[in-house]
Amino acid sequence: MSAGESHVSTPLTETTKARPAEGEALLSVAGLQKYFPVTKGLLRHKVGDVQAVDGLDFTVHKGETLGVVGESGCGKTTTGRLLTRLLEPTGGRIEFEGVDITHISQGRMRPLRRDLQMIFQDPYSSLNPRHTVGTIVGAPYRLQSVKTEHGVKREVQDLLKLVGLNPEHYNRYPHEFSGGQRQRIGIARTLALRPKLIVADEPVSALDVSIQAQVVNLLEDLQDELGLTYVVIAHDLSVVRHISDRVAVMYLGKIVELADRDGLYGKPMHPYTTALLSAVPDPTPKARSAKRERIRLVGDVPSPLNPPPACRFHTRCWKAQEICRTQEPPLLERVSGHHVACHFPEN
Amino acid sequence: MTGLEQGVSATLTAPLDVTGTAGEVTPEATLSGAERAIQGRSLGQIAWMRLRRDRVAIAGGIVVILLILMAIFAPLIVRVIGHPPNEWHQEMIDPTLSTAKGVFGGVSLDFLFGVEPLNGRDLFSRVVYGARVSILVGFGATLLSVVIGTFFGVVAGFFGGWVDSVISRVMDVFLAFPLLLFAMSLAGVIPDNAFGLTGDGLRIAILIFVIGFFNWPYVGRIIRGQTLSLREREFVDAARSLGARNGYILRKELLPNLVAPILVYATLLIPTNILFEAALAFLGVGVAPPTATWGGMLSSAVPFYSVAPNFMLAPGLAIFVTVLAFNLLGDGLRDALDPRAR
Ligand SMILES: Nc1ncnc2c1ncn2[C@@H]1O[C@H](COP(=O)(O)OP(=O)(O)OP(=O)(O)O)[C@@H](O)[C@H]1O
Ligand code: SF4
Ligand SMILES: [Mg+2]
Repeated sequence: MSAGESHVSTPLTETTKARPAEGEALLSVAGLQKYFPVTKGLLRHKVGDVQAVDGLDFTVHKGETLGVVGESGCGKTTTGRLLTRLLEPTGGRIEFEGVDITHISQGRMRPLRRDLQMIFQDPYSSLNPRHTVGTIVGAPYRLQSVKTEHGVKREVQDLLKLVGLNPEHYNRYPHEFSGGQRQRIGIARTLALRPKLIVADEPVSALDVSIQAQVVNLLEDLQDELGLTYVVIAHDLSVVRHISDRVAVMYLGKIVELADRDGLYGKPMHPYTTALLSAVPDPTPKARSAKRERIRLVGDVPSPLNPPPACRFHTRCWKAQEICRTQEPPLLERVSGHHVACHFPEN
Repeated sequence: MTGLEQGVSATLTAPLDVTGTAGEVTPEATLSGAERAIQGRSLGQIAWMRLRRDRVAIAGGIVVILLILMAIFAPLIVRVIGHPPNEWHQEMIDPTLSTAKGVFGGVSLDFLFGVEPLNGRDLFSRVVYGARVSILVGFGATLLSVVIGTFFGVVAGFFGGWVDSVISRVMDVFLAFPLLLFAMSLAGVIPDNAFGLTGDGLRIAILIFVIGFFNWPYVGRIIRGQTLSLREREFVDAARSLGARNGYILRKELLPNLVAPILVYATLLIPTNILFEAALAFLGVGVAPPTATWGGMLSSAVPFYSVAPNFMLAPGLAIFVTVLAFNLLGDGLRDALDPRAR
């Protein structure tokens, strides 16, 4: 990953962040499930379920960044939408600041939305092409009836400055901006209500590689400045490595490994994580000389419509035994702070 | 004004060029001094700039405007360069042949399109007056279709599920309806007065209602499809995650994006409705003689096509030019508003 423009000081692979101590839980999730019914025919009778998310347990602490990685279709976006209650969970429980929001009505969720915001993946689709930047970034104030001291326009211009845009572009339309600038507009909108937790669904994957570093750095700067907590969803392991304090690895709707960043990247325990990491070229010279063996995963990701029983990874795992096909490995804390769901963990 | 226009279109190719339009264009900028505002160009303004460069569409648009003006000011036009549309000019008719004296059906400075055989009515005046019925029915029926079609299309596309299933089936039923037969049989049962209307007024109202009411599914289907795809755009989720209710999302997020397709399809539906009205009038359904309609004129011209071709040509060309102009404008609008060409 190359940092394209001159004012980018830290390339993504360097780690500059101070690790906050494990704090108070802001968001906690237990047994979270989302099944999408599959219907057929005119009468819409149900023929099955897409088990997009099937039993997630994790906690997000104040001030930290939790990264969520996994291949396409493993349920990352679904997870993000569940956390922000754009989707209703099929099962499990979500608590935000101690309030159970699992099945809360949209009306009662509305005031909580100020604290719980989302950054969207596609900056070309997340901004209404018919609205000006001022309307887009000012919408949160109107929707939440927030009173502003110097008027909405001033606030919006301050936000634009904060995310590195020209505040005079208030009256411009989204199509007049580049992808990176659009994503900054989206971030400004997210920040308008001063949220506590931001769920960012692939915040940079739609951007040019040269722009990605800028946006990631912006997110980190904002976190320091505003004391934000992030859940960052990505399929790019290096982005997650750069930004996260802790990382959850997902496979077919389940978390297979959850550990702090250094533990996960340094000593991965789940065979799936090991395989994922072996596929990325490690940029640090030390690791390169260590000549980590590249593991190739055979076969395709099975369909979430009909996932394999017990350990969902057993169809592709080189360590699979009989027990893996019959008994589901629970997500256990094997080493302090390092959770893994495998009968035969590595390292 | 032209200098300003050139300035704006010159920067169109480089939308990110901030410096080009900043200073001189916005009056705000000069007023507020230090705090300069940079005015962006909306998609609507860009579409207008694109449309302006499309000569064919602009020609269509000008003809459309002229037609509308002609319909509105028909009495005035006829007073200045014609004769009342139902005034007989027996003196223009050759008593032995029953057709017009003079060349080509009596074309002269006095009678621009000549006169009608038998009674000698001024064809120019009748074509001008015929535009009133065509334009009124064309616009009225389209407006009705657009209102009903947009409402049900948006509701079906936005709410989906069984609501969508029901509305879609109803649209299928409407589209399968034999409208022409229905309209023709309706003609026989129209009373002389109803809903406080009589004569031509009542008949035009019924035409608008029948054509408009049965054509809404064409609009409905298009709007439903557009809404379905808009609903999946992330800005809808973004609004929702800020706490927006359905009403807000429909009015503020979706509707502004539906204006363009509505405008395009309305412009293309108008000529279809004008043709349909003409066809009905040709078949003797709708506005009753002696009120001039293009379809009615065509139908009375049929027996005289060899002796008085101008009688058929005048309303025929009027229909042709009108339909063509609307279609050219509509196609130009579609190209100019095409979101894929952003
Ligand atoms: N609304 C829906 N209806 C039915 N199935 C859905 C729906 N949304 C997602 N799915 C399915 O759920 C699974 C998980 O989807 P999700 O979008 O969460 O994956 P993802 O990890 O975000 O993938 P990607 O990296 O491609 O964005 C996929 O198989 C997807 O097809
Ligand atoms: S439980 Fe078995 S199949 Fe699953 S990852 Fe571990 S070793 Fe592989
Ligand atoms: Mg996704």
